[in-house]
Amino acid sequence: MSQPITVGISDLNATKAPGVLVTYALGSCVGICLYDPMAKVAGLSHIMLPSGAQMAASGNQAYKFADTAIVLLIKKMEALGARTIRMKAKIAGGAQMFAGGSNSNLANIGQRNVIAVKNELARLRIPIIAEDTGKNYGRTLYLDANDGSMRIKSVNRGEWVW
Amino acid sequence: MALNNYEDLNEMCLSALCEIGNIGSGNAASSLSAMLGQPININVPKISILDYGEVADNFGGPETMMVGLLLCMNGDVNGMMMFLLQKEFAHLTLNALLGEDLQDFSDVGEMELSAMKEIGNIMAASYVNAMASMTGLAVDITVPDICIDMVGAILSVPAIHYANISDKIIFIENKFSAETVNDASSYVLMIPEVDSLNQIMTTLGIEL
Repeated sequence: MSQPITVGISDLNATKAPGVLVTYALGSCVGICLYDPMAKVAGLSHIMLPSGAQMAASGNQAYKFADTAIVLLIKKMEALGARTIRMKAKIAGGAQMFAGGSNSNLANIGQRNVIAVKNELARLRIPIIAEDTGKNYGRTLYLDANDGSMRIKSVNRGEWVW
Repeated sequence: MALNNYEDLNEMCLSALCEIGNIGSGNAASSLSAMLGQPININVPKISILDYGEVADNFGGPETMMVGLLLCMNGDVNGMMMFLLQKEFAHLTLNALLGEDLQDFSDVGEMELSAMKEIGNIMAASYVNAMASMTGLAVDITVPDICIDMVGAILSVPAIHYANISDKIIFIENKFSAETVNDASSYVLMIPEVDSLNQIMTTLGIEL
C-alpha cells in the first residue's frame, strides 16, 4: 500500500489509483468518499458543519461545510479524469461524542451533518452505497483508490471495510 | 476596540489569561490532593493559543486515546471548558479514589466514569473560581459529560461548536506528579465566547 494522503479537518483531496486517502479521528464531522470506478479516481472530504450560508465563507472556509465542499471535491476529481455520473458515495462519521444534553444544540450536530451530506449528494444525483454514521465513537477512515473501499478503524470497537 | 476572535488577543490579554490559568491550576492541584489524600505537585502550567490541529499533535496525533470531559460555562461568562486527561492521569486518580488498578480503558465501568466526572467537576470549579475571584464575574458550570476516545474526535465537538468564531483555542497544559506516578498530564481547553472574553478583559481594566 502506498503512503496515504492525509485529509485534515475541513479539508479535501483527490487521488488516482494506487493512492490511498486517510482522515483521522472523525467525531461529529462527516467524511465523504466519492469514487469513480472506471477512472479509478477517489476523493475524500472532511466537513464540520452542514451549511455555510449564515457565515462569511472565505478562502478554504468552503471546505468546512457540506453544501460547499462536495461540489469542490467533484471539481478536483474531474480534473483527474473522473465523471460525476459514474461516481458512487460512501459516508462515515457524524457521531455523538458526548451523551449528556448539557447543550442540545450541540447534541445533534453529527446527525445534522449527516442529513446535510445526504441532501447535497441527492441534489448532485450521486448514490450512497455504504454508510457508517451516528453512534458515539470516533472513526479513522481510509479510502483506497484501487477499488473504492472504505476502511473504518475505531478504538476498542473494531475495524470494518465497506 | 473590541475583540473579534482569539487572534486579536494582545500580550496583555494573554498574560491575564495566563494568570487565571496559573491560579486555576494551583487551586486544582490542592483540591486534587485533598480528594486523593496524597500530595500532588505541579509544574508551572504552559499556556498557549493553538489551532485545533496543533492541539491533537501535542498528544501524539489525533488517534491518541484520551479521556475528555466537557462542561459549559454560563452566567457572566459563556462558553465551554474541556479537560483532556492522559491515561496516566486517569490511572492516578482512579487508583487513589477507587483503589483499583485500571489496565485498559475498555474496562471502564459506571463507577469509574462517575469518579472521573467528579474530578472534572472539581478541576473546572478551580479554574472558574480563579476567573471569578479575579474579575468579580459570576460563572456557573454544568455537570461534565465524559467521552473516552480518539482525541481528534473529542476535539471535533468544541471545534464544530465554535467554528464560526475561531479555529483556535486557549490551551493550558498542567503536569501533575504524585509519589506513585511521575508524569501525569492533564490539559485544559478554555473556549469562552468572544463577548465573554471582552467582558473579562474589561473588568480587569485591560485596554484592547
